[in-house]
Order: sequence, then C-alpha cells, then structure tokens
Amino acid sequence: MWARLLALIVKELLVVLRDPRSRFILVGPPVVQLVVFAFAATLEVKNVDLVVLNRDEGASGLELVRRIEGSPTFRSVLAVHDPKALQKAIDQQQAICAVHIGPSFSRDLVAGRPASVQFMLDGRRSNAAQIVNGYLGTIVNTYVADENERSHRVASTPRVVPRNWFNPNLTFTWFTVPGLIAIVAQLIGLIVTALSVARERELGTFDQLMVAPLRTPEILLGKLIPPMLIGLAHITLYVLATVLIFSVPLRGSLLLLYGSALFFLAAVAGIGLFISSLCATQQQAILGAFLFLAPATLLSGFATPIENMPPWLQPLTTVNPLRYFLVVTRGVFLKAMPFAEVVKSTVPLFFIAVVTLTVAAWLFRRRTE
Amino acid sequence: MSKTLVRLHAVTKRFGDAPPALDAVSGSVSAGAITGLVGPDGAGKTTLIRLMAGLVTAEHGSLDVLGFNPATQSASIHTAIGYMPQRFGLYEDLTVEENLTLYADLRALPTAQRADVFEELLAFTDLRSFKTRPAGKLSGGMKQKLGLACALIRKPRLLLLDEPTVGVDPISRRELWRMVRGLRDEGVGVVWSTAYLDEAEACDRVLLMNAGKLLFDGPPRELTRRTEGRVFRMVDIEGRRRPALAATLALPEVIDGVVQGRAIRVVARDAQHVPSVPREAGPHARLLPASPRFEDSFIDILGGGPGGESKLAEGVRAIPGRGENVIEARALTKRFGDFTAASEISFNVSRGEIFGLLGPNGAGKSTTFRMLCGLLKPTSGEGRVAGIDLRRDTAGARGRLGYMAQKFSLYGDLSARQNLRFFAGVYGLSGARKRQQIEQMIDVFALSAHLDMASRELPLGFKQRLALACAVMHEPEALFLDEPTSGVDPITRREFWCHINGLVEKGVAAVVTTHFMEEAEYCDRISLIYRGRSIALGSPDELKARAVTKDRPEPTMEDAFVALVEAYDRTQVAA
Amino acid sequence: MMPSSSERPYSARARARRILALIRKEVRQIFRDPSSILIAFVLPLILLFLFGYGVSLDTTRTRIGVAIERSTPSARGLLAAFQASPYFEVDVATDRRELEQPLTSGQLRGIIVIPASFDADLWKRSATPAVQVIVDGSDPNTAALVQGYAQGVVGVWTRARAVEAGRVRSPSGSEERFWFNPELSSRFFLVPGSIAIVMALVGTLLTSLVVAREWERGTMEAMMATPVTAIELLLGKIIPYFVLGLASMSLCALVAVWLFDVPFRGSVLALYVISAAFLLPALGQGLLISAATKNQFLASQLALLSAFLPTFLLSGFLFEISSMPRVIQWITNLVPGRWLIPSLQTVFVAGDIWPLFLRDVGAMSLFGVVFLALAVRTTRKRVA
Repeated sequence: MWARLLALIVKELLVVLRDPRSRFILVGPPVVQLVVFAFAATLEVKNVDLVVLNRDEGASGLELVRRIEGSPTFRSVLAVHDPKALQKAIDQQQAICAVHIGPSFSRDLVAGRPASVQFMLDGRRSNAAQIVNGYLGTIVNTYVADENERSHRVASTPRVVPRNWFNPNLTFTWFTVPGLIAIVAQLIGLIVTALSVARERELGTFDQLMVAPLRTPEILLGKLIPPMLIGLAHITLYVLATVLIFSVPLRGSLLLLYGSALFFLAAVAGIGLFISSLCATQQQAILGAFLFLAPATLLSGFATPIENMPPWLQPLTTVNPLRYFLVVTRGVFLKAMPFAEVVKSTVPLFFIAVVTLTVAAWLFRRRTE
Repeated sequence: MSKTLVRLHAVTKRFGDAPPALDAVSGSVSAGAITGLVGPDGAGKTTLIRLMAGLVTAEHGSLDVLGFNPATQSASIHTAIGYMPQRFGLYEDLTVEENLTLYADLRALPTAQRADVFEELLAFTDLRSFKTRPAGKLSGGMKQKLGLACALIRKPRLLLLDEPTVGVDPISRRELWRMVRGLRDEGVGVVWSTAYLDEAEACDRVLLMNAGKLLFDGPPRELTRRTEGRVFRMVDIEGRRRPALAATLALPEVIDGVVQGRAIRVVARDAQHVPSVPREAGPHARLLPASPRFEDSFIDILGGGPGGESKLAEGVRAIPGRGENVIEARALTKRFGDFTAASEISFNVSRGEIFGLLGPNGAGKSTTFRMLCGLLKPTSGEGRVAGIDLRRDTAGARGRLGYMAQKFSLYGDLSARQNLRFFAGVYGLSGARKRQQIEQMIDVFALSAHLDMASRELPLGFKQRLALACAVMHEPEALFLDEPTSGVDPITRREFWCHINGLVEKGVAAVVTTHFMEEAEYCDRISLIYRGRSIALGSPDELKARAVTKDRPEPTMEDAFVALVEAYDRTQVAA
Repeated sequence: MMPSSSERPYSARARARRILALIRKEVRQIFRDPSSILIAFVLPLILLFLFGYGVSLDTTRTRIGVAIERSTPSARGLLAAFQASPYFEVDVATDRRELEQPLTSGQLRGIIVIPASFDADLWKRSATPAVQVIVDGSDPNTAALVQGYAQGVVGVWTRARAVEAGRVRSPSGSEERFWFNPELSSRFFLVPGSIAIVMALVGTLLTSLVVAREWERGTMEAMMATPVTAIELLLGKIIPYFVLGLASMSLCALVAVWLFDVPFRGSVLALYVISAAFLLPALGQGLLISAATKNQFLASQLALLSAFLPTFLLSGFLFEISSMPRVIQWITNLVPGRWLIPSLQTVFVAGDIWPLFLRDVGAMSLFGVVFLALAVRTTRKRVA
C-alpha cells in the first residue's frame, strides 16, 4: 500500500513539475497575482486630483485652499475661475471633486454667519468620492474649529482621536497580502487537482492507471495529497513574501495557520477533484475551475466585506471555505489570533472538507465504474 | 502516361531543430492516376501533402503544382484542388447537408447546380439518408465519405487525401477505394497517403517514404518484383510455429519472416540461396514458393527485419502449466442504456496462446477488451484473469495482467526512467527486485541512451518499447494489447512481435485487438466481433478457409473478414 | 461529373459570398454548442449578479461599540447621536475592555470611547475634550469609512450643541453634493463596470476558444485549402462574435437597469458606439491568442490571464488607478478595459459626455487596429 501510494505521489508531483502547462500554472498566475493584486488591488485613495473655484476675496478662502494643497492626499489642485469649468472637470473625470468657496466665506466666518464650502463629487466613483469627502470635510471642519477657537466663539470643540488597531497606518497591503495567501492556496489547490484527472483522461493514461492493481482509496489519496503539498509550498512562499517583501507583521502562530491550511486545502482539493471527475478535457477543467473561483473569491470577503452584502445572500457565504480561511490568515498575521478563535474558523472548514471529499470520492467511483 | 500535375525537385522541409521532415524529395504526380504516398508515421507524408496544398512552404528545392508555385500562388492552387486532411475537416456541430452547403459556398458552386451535385455526391457516398445528421454523430467510415464529398464539391484536378483510411473498417475502406478509382478514371489526379502497405499495392504509382527520405518512386509492382523468387511459405510445420520462426530468422540466408496462420512466410536474402528448413519446424516442414508482397520488398529495401531472439523472453521465467486457461470470458454482455455494445461474448485463452479480437470500429471489440482487463464492468456475464473473478477482486486480478493501450499512454512528461519507476511502484515492486527489473528492461529494450528524455519526445519505436516494458515489468500472466502496432513501421512491428512471441512461448496468454489484417495472422485464434457479437471464432486458416470461392482460391485475411461480415448481414436480413 | 469554375474567385462578390457562408456556419455552431451560450449569456448573468449583489462597498450599518466610561448628559447625548446615525449599529458598554475581544474576532469594526473626563473637558477652556475612535485596521477601507462617519457624527453633534447654546446662529462647515449618484450606491459603478468584464470574456475568451478549437480539430486547415483567404476567415469569425458580444452586452444592460435599478442617463447610441469600440481589441486579442496557441487549453489560460484579470484589476473598475504605483498606472494605459470603464460608467450614471467618449473610443479603436493587424499576420503565418 505505502509503496504504491508513494509511487503515485511521486509521479503526480513529477508530472506537475515537468509538464510545461502545469509549470506555467504553478508559476504564472501566483506571481502575477502577488505583484498585481498587492500593488493594484487597493481601495486606498491617494494622488487625488481636485479643482478649486475660490470666489472668496478674504484671507480665509486662501488659507483654506493652502491647507487643502498641503494635504499629501491630493496630487494636483487646479484653480479655476468659472463655475462651468468645475462641471467640465468632473464630467470628463479630470478631477474627482470640485471645491467651491463662495464669495462671502471670510465675511460669514468672521460674522458668525453660516459659512459654507461646497464639494461637488463624482458619484460615478462613489467609494473614492466618499473617502475624498471625508478627507476634505476633516480639513474644513478643523479649519473652522480653529478659526472659531481663535475668535473664542466656542468654548472647546471635542476632537476625534483616531486609533487604528492592528494596522496603525491603515496600510492597504497589510490587508491584501495576507488575504492573498488564502487566495493562492485556493487557486493552486483547486487547479492542480482539477487538472490531474482530466489530464490523465485526455492523454489516455487514465486507463493505464486503472488497470494497475490500485484500490480506489489509493488513487484518491494519490490525487489529493500532491495538490495539498503543492498548496502548502505556495503558502510557505507567500508567507515569506508577506513578511520579507511587504513587511507585514506576523503576530500570531504559524503553526495555527498551517494547521488550518490543511483543512482548507483538503476542502479545496475535494472541490477540484469533483470538477475533474466531471470534465473530459483539461480545457473544460480550467473553465470549471474558473466558474467556481470567480464566485468563491467575490463572495469571500476578500475584496469587500461580507456584511455589505444583502442579508439574503450572506448565508450562501457560509459554505465558502475561503471565507473562513481568510479570517485565519488575516487574523494570524495582524491580530495574533488566539487558538480558540482559529479553531472556531477551522471547524466549518473541517465539515466542508468532509462533504466535498465524500462527494468527490463518490463521483470519482461512479465515473470510473 | 498522362499529364504531370505535380513536380517535386529536391524538396526539403525542416521544423525547428528536428531532423528534416522532408529530405531532398523528388517525384511527380500524374493526372488520371492514384499516387500512393506510403510510409510509417513520421515518414513525412503529411508534410508533403501540405506542401502540395500550398499550406506550408518548402525550405529548399522547387515545387510545381498545376503549373503554380505554392509559395507565391497558393490561392490559384486552392481553387483547383480538393483536400481532405487527416481529421476530415468537418464541422461536427453541422449536419451532413450543412457541411456540404458550406463547402459549396466557399467554392462558389452556382446555386442552380447545387441540387444535382448534392444529389450525386450523396448517392455516391451513400449518405442520402443521413442528410440531417450532425457530422459529429457519424461513424468513422461515414465521416470519411462526407469529408471526401466536401473535397469533391467542385470536381478538382488534383485530390489530396491524407491518411483517409485511419480508423476505418475494411468494408468502408473498400468502398472508398471504389469511389476514388471512379474519380481517377474521370481523369482526376489523386494523392493518397497511407501507412498500410497493403494499400500501396492498389495504387498506380507509389512514393515510398521513410524518415523524410524517398526510398522508391514507381509502380508498386516494380518494387514488389524486387523480391520475386525469394518469397516462400513454410508449411506442414509440426509443433509450435513461434520457435520455428525464431530458428528460421536466425538462418543467415533469411532476411525476413513472419507467422502467417499455420505457415511461416520466409524471404530469402538473395535468389541464389533457397533457405533451409530448421530442425524446430519438424521433419515434414517444407518450403513452397509464394508470390511476393509489397511489404516483403519494403523490408528488403530497408535491409531486413530484426532477428528472432527476444532478450526479454530470455530473462523471464517460464510459467508452467501450458494449456491451462488464463483468460476466460463467459457470456460477457455490456449495455449502455438500450444500446448493447457487446452481447454474450465467450472465449478462453490458454497459456502460450495469442488470441485476436478483430472487428470494425464500434463493433464492440474494445468494449469486450475493456471488460476483460477490468476497465468496464460487464452488465452480465463474467471475466476471469488467472482464475480471479474481475468483479470480486479487481485489484488482485489487475496485478496479474499487463496492459498496453492503443495510443501511447505513458506519462509523456516523465522521462523513460521515471515511467519505469512509477509502473514498478504501482505494481508493488520494491527494493532490490524493483531495481533489478528496471535494469533488465533498460537492457532488453536498449533504452539507456534515452533514459532521461521526456517520453513524449522519444522516437515512435522507442515509445513502443517503453510502453511494452512498462506493461511486462511485473511479469504478468496475461497480456492485453490494444491495437499495439498501429502507425508503426514494419521493422519495429516485427521487433515488437518478436518479444510477444517470446513471452508467449514462456507461457503468457495474450489478447490482441487489431484492425490490421496482416497482424491478425500472427494470432493462434481469432474472434471476429461485429455488431456486438462474436460472429466467427477459429484459427486464421479456418476463417480464411470459410471464404474460399471458385474465383478466390487463396483469400487474404481481409477477404475472409469481408466475406464473413457480409454473410452475417445476409442471415440478419433473412431473419 | 461536376462543372468547373467560371467566376473569378477574388471578385468582391465572391468574397462577400464566402464571408456570408462562414458567418452562417458560425451562427449555426453558436446555437448548437452549449458552451457558447454558457459563456455568452449564462456566465454574464452570473457575473452581473455577483457584482450587483456580492460585491458592495456600501458600508451601511456597520457594527461598532460605544464605551461610555461615565454616564453624563453630554456623553449620553453623543451616544444618542451615534445611535441615530444611519451608518452604525451600536453596542453599548461601560468599559472599553468589554469591546476589545469582539473587535479582535471581527464582530465589531470599531470602538468609540467617550472618556470619563469628557463632560468636564467640554467646559474647561484649557482642556480639549477627546473622543477616541478605535478601528479595526485589518480592513483599511472599512476602517477609513468608520473613521469618516464617526468624525461626521461628532461634528454634527458639536455644531448642533453650539446652535442650541446660541453661540453661533448656524453651524459653519462643508456641504457636499454627490453628483450623478446621491445615494452613493456602489452598484452604480460596479454593475456598468462588470459589463466591461462580460464583454472581455465574450470577446476574448469565447473567441479564442472557438478559433483554437478549429485549429485543434483541423477544420482551419481544411478551410485554408479552399479559396478562402485568411482575412475572409477572420471576418467570418469577427462579425458573428461582434454581434454576439453586443447581444450579451444588451442583455446585461437591460438587467442592470431593470433588476439593479442602475440609471441609464446617456443615449443608446453612445452605449453601442462605446461597446463596439471595445469589442474590436477584445476580438483581436482573442483571435491573436488562438492563432498563436492553436490549443484550447492554452488559449483559455491566456485569455483569462490577459483579458479577464487586467479588465478586472487594472481598469479602474473596482480599484482606483490613481492610487496605484506609477509603473502600474502606466501599464493600465495598455489595458483596453481601462478606456471602456469610464465611458461605460458615464453613459449609465452621468449621461452623454462626448468629449470623454471620443477620447476613449479613439484609444480603444487604436488598440483594435493593432490587435486585429497582429491577428491577421499571425493567422497567415501560422498556417504552416
């Protein structure tokens, strides 16, 4: 039994490493993903372009514009003199926000009349617009409060003191990169398994395997263990990259991460085997994997929080293994997640793995008779 | 002789760094003749056809097709030729009629003529009742006929057919020949590429190719004549023929020999020395002169076949108990839905016997074969290997059998050595025995020079050897060979059979499927499978004897096949 | 047996007839091959559904904790302000330590600490009253939004108090107007954006698959041996898949408007002009990939990697291009989808802004010409 299983595992690993197509899959997408996702998948709002129409003749308007220009968030602040230009700049997406300071701003402020600044934001990009609005609002509120305080109009204004736990500078890569560990483990675990049986079918080696004196459990293990090993290898490389290249702090226990990863990979490999058993060619397997990967990734909380989804959709995410493992990778890295919390996220993974592996084994048996 | 359509002069074509696919080939194709492009896989036939079709350009040499230069005037060539590529060039989702319409549109067949032309082509190919069937749902033979019809939408001056008979049963093959001869008689120049040497004899002229080189250019009879007076049949052999064959091949005056039913076909090295009869053939054996075949001369031109000794068989221990049943099929039946793929098929194969399953594609021979080696579960009936019921203990039975698939089915990305190690591993060999067996295989099959090459890159002959090595490394008692030598050159095929013969002599039982009539004669007994049933079972000589008629006193295996199938169809109609 | 040719094979009429025949064949195949329908109509609906419902940046009702260390009137007033905010779902505690564990486990997104000294500090000139906002930085986007909303709540509360006290007649501050999308629904930009992804899939993935299949099955070779030229063959592919791409775009647009209530403020003409301009490079890319690989498996891989991924990540669909590193910002200029997304979002949410459309249509057409030219060249070469 062990000699046969070992032969199967060695063979499977060799095939994956020697087949140029599989080698491409092992290297191409993970590297592209690491580079592109880590740098491009950011919801941060930086390098913002603004236009300002300052119609105020007093000092306050100028001072406010100076404060806005001084903020590092804004890349360019273009001054215009015509309300039409404001509209044009937004329409053509030359600026995400147009600031309009009315003619009586300084006077109103001094006189204690309601002085107001208008922001016109591009609602086509509502998320970025909202964040820009937050930045600008803070600048204006602080300025008004400072002015009021200087003129002793208000006793004291409560300040909001922000504290960012786990990620003091709200660095976006700290959010994406640990998540990518889970994403890459899913991608590799799924595709390597999905391709393995389909490849044997397509190339005709499957019959050769089926006439050898192997028992179904041996073949199944021989198909499941190699993708899990490869998945663990990718996890390790990504963990190293996370710590060494992206300097994300590793606060929790790696042992817990790997322990949970085993169950996650088993669940994913089960799904991969399921896809593989249904497909006759590698091309179908790739499309099948994609059909699973797209929704699994989008409904996992990787890019956007699950609680933002409509309530009727949220229960669907409870069967998505990625959802749980994302909590673990992010938790272990940033939050030093304790044992009990990791277990809480791993138990669902265990049950999902049991279900997917059972179904895959059943289908595999049926399809091979 | 009539007009020359194609002239080739010293044409060379190379793909990448590989040895040239065509190496200084010169020759010609005439109108009103069938020019056979003959040779094993990888000989360069397809490349040559694609050159003539203006699909690739030659590196060196000059080429003239219908008065045009294919490199610069391919458009003019395309309007005047008909071309059927290996996979027939049909759209599988489209119906027979839609495929015809597409080609008619592309070749600008005037609408007024369409109805007549389609009618004529459908009648000619006998596809009229399948007009609305998607091409993907046609049998191999029907697809081939439809492909031909599409190539004939406008009568071409030159018709290029690339291996039109691969995967096609003998009956459809004969029909195709009949149709193409009709075209030839109308003046069309036909180029017919084939790996089957028996087809070469039917051509008006052949270009015989091997490994990119042209070996012979002329009428096939001219080549066949090369071995005139050197071919004999050794008859009245006593005892087993395979040791007799091995002994015969060991004689210095013999250049080639194969088993042919109860007899052995012998080719002498030269006409002066009539071969002697070896002791192993028994006291009554004698040589009768026979008429040469194209294949005899082909082997001769290549310098003769391999010897008769199998190093593989030497290393294998003999299994005692000759005559004992090793493989048993008892009323094997397989139904897919309401379609019966195999019905009540029974036979036994004993130690030291080669059993052939012969039949057209889709007749049920691979279904039967797959049930016996445990790849398919029979709906009813049972199969046993080495006394073990395949339903009870599949893994146990599988450990006792060796299997070689039709197409190369080892792990192409793994090296030869890694494949050997893997198969040794899954067959449960370990430690010293594993190492020893692997070493023996490397030695026997002379694999040492190619051990670390990815096995998909191996030359075809080596792939064949490696596949056999992986199938026999665990010394199985039963050997299952599925179309083992299709596309392989005749020398490699002889070498392969030499090993099989040797193993069988040591007591292995073998089941072979083949659609290769020549090969069927290597078997001890044959079951002819047709429409899911075994319609005849007996030795090759017995089957041939059933097809003897007055004007055909010495039928070939193919004649016997066609006669038996037609007789069966008649009884079915009568019933 | 059969008549021989009389008409010149390369007259415009003969060409048109051949192209028409190829198109007819392609249309039949599309309708008979379930995978075409799957990729052209089912997959788009699934994606639209996922982006319409599954991906949302609208942080409505985020769960936070408010720790009131001493229950004073002002602290209670501020708490009430938080409870009244439509953005928050509030858990109340008297000790921040009670709220720390839920923050770690992700149940809470932030903690507002109103310190014991809050009330006293409000009245002291020397001290600055402080409200601490602790957020879960492991999700920076949500964290930033929570901070912004909290800032807003405190600001509104302060000004309301000032007005109440009569110290200022009316609060000063900023006034924001979100054009085109006052409800700030992220769906308004995600759903039109996902139409771009759908068109990339149909244009590039489906086309590369069907053409690679022809290479694999040898039908391409059979076609090449007839009077059909490479350009005719490609036109015979481009035209039906162009129409199919527009059809699946139309389906998505209808679903976007009827099911997801995305406004459609531009003109139908503009929508089709923009989409047509994008389909050129998408189809060209698909044809190029299939001619270069001649293999369905590799083609699907390359199509996903070179069309789906960039259109998803590097087009400004979800992630702001201006926030990316400079090198990647530059690379995005080479992604046709980057030019489609702004126009597509505009035609739905904002209306017809032709200067913007013309810039984008121009860029996409340029890519289209380059890709199609490359596809023709490769196809011609790859016959060999």
